[in-house]
Amino acid sequence: MKRRTLLQSGLALGTLSALPGCANLNGKAPAKAQVVVIGGGYGGATAAKYVRVLSDYKISVLLIEPNKAFVSCPMSNLVLGGSKTMAQITKPYDALSSKHGVTVVHDLVTAIDPAKKTVTLQNGSAVAYDKLILSPGVDMHFDSIEGLQAAHASGQILQAWKAGAETTALRKQLQDMPDGGVYAITVPEAPYKCPPGPYERASQVAHYFKQAKPKSKVLILDANPDITSKPALFKKFWSDNYRDIIEFRANHKVLAVDAKTNSLKFDVQESVRADVLNVLPAMRAGAIAMQTGLATVNNRWCGINYQTFESLAAKDIHVLGDATLAAPAMPKSGHMANAHGKVAAAAVVAQLSDLAVNPSPLLTNTCYSYVSDKLVIHVASMHQYNAEEKTFKTVPGSGGLSTEANALEGTYAWNWAQNIWADTLL
Amino acid sequence: MNLLFLQSLERPAMRIQNFTLQLASALLLTSMPVMAQDAASALHQRANAANCTNCHGSEGRTVPGSTVPAIAGLPRDYLVAQMKAFKDGSRPATVMHQISKGLSDQQIASMADYFAAQKR
Repeated sequence: MKRRTLLQSGLALGTLSALPGCANLNGKAPAKAQVVVIGGGYGGATAAKYVRVLSDYKISVLLIEPNKAFVSCPMSNLVLGGSKTMAQITKPYDALSSKHGVTVVHDLVTAIDPAKKTVTLQNGSAVAYDKLILSPGVDMHFDSIEGLQAAHASGQILQAWKAGAETTALRKQLQDMPDGGVYAITVPEAPYKCPPGPYERASQVAHYFKQAKPKSKVLILDANPDITSKPALFKKFWSDNYRDIIEFRANHKVLAVDAKTNSLKFDVQESVRADVLNVLPAMRAGAIAMQTGLATVNNRWCGINYQTFESLAAKDIHVLGDATLAAPAMPKSGHMANAHGKVAAAAVVAQLSDLAVNPSPLLTNTCYSYVSDKLVIHVASMHQYNAEEKTFKTVPGSGGLSTEANALEGTYAWNWAQNIWADTLL
Repeated sequence: MNLLFLQSLERPAMRIQNFTLQLASALLLTSMPVMAQDAASALHQRANAANCTNCHGSEGRTVPGSTVPAIAGLPRDYLVAQMKAFKDGSRPATVMHQISKGLSDQQIASMADYFAAQKR
């Protein structure tokens, strides 16, 4: 009942704030346009803020996010490495409401009705939308690996790929592991969320071991034929700094886990036992996108119109972030999701205001990876919308990598985090 | 008008600006199609410029103490010149030489116009 009241007051607030101004967008924004955003990660929170900003605070926005605070996946590997704390990567949602007038509701969406244009919350109440922005992130497909569902549920084998309680739990497993032990991380076949993430994590754990448990090992078991992102930079740094700690094995696709012996089983290779197992299963669009029939590509990723991020399966539903089918060379990253959020927000504002949609949107990506507590490598790319081919294409000659791991980019990476968190939430 | 000001919950300055523009649009009803085009262009410019703000802060204003520089309120020509220097390599960079090569001169000019117009 309390939530229902909150929702009603939120909608009333939205209507009120929609009253005064209709000038900057030329008087075309509908008086009571309601945008609902599902998911308050890098994509959804950015979209919620930017629909408000780009509509000159005329369009009402309701953001539905189950978690009470934003926990950043980028930088969460530093918590595993011990150089940052959970508090440093956790940010409140308050300013989206107080500064931007977004109504934030902490609840789960149980159903979307694209025909009636409503979403249903766990408490049973329904909210109508003119435009829905869905940024559900990925779901871990635990069932794709035999025995993993139960081993994960018991807390024995963690993913910690969604930052939060599992990040803390995995850090504790690493701290509890005796010196001389083995930490093994498995990498699923691409595409998965955060391509360089597994290798950054391996670097962070190796950095921690080097300081605290120098006899311990980090084993990377990768389903892919090589390191997915920044391979030469990671290999060089590992060879120079973690030669006796990190071992990388390509073409190792996990088929099953054995919780009794804490071991991994593969197709042809020998089984591997480790003290701490960190298994990343295959990933797919978040459950709410799957159940709404939006995952049009291999029943896994959401196909979208790249100019507007509108679903190819449902009108007035815009999908963004990791859940979308990426255009060529577009990584599933937080930086990219933030950029998606702005393109989608601008398209939604344009469509609700009866204005032309941006004919040439662009996306920028920069992924920083910490290879120690201070040294960083990056990959950057620029993506321009190509109207003829209806997709984003990287700009020839643009983008690239660091020349080597360096401390200057270490400071830039941490400042990038502060600025993108502010751009997303403040 | 007073009533509407009382109802404004946030951003009073913006409301005043809105009102001025609203009056202007009321007086210029005949030029609506042109204004719609202008409104659309302004929206696209803001959205494209927002590509810079992941690192350089919303509207070009970074968080306090940021080592990534703020770009809000810098002179337009300075911003264009820096991007050109990143592109041709005369200004060294960690990442901007790679980013700048992904933008056309027209896009750089549009972004520079936008950030030059933001308050510091």
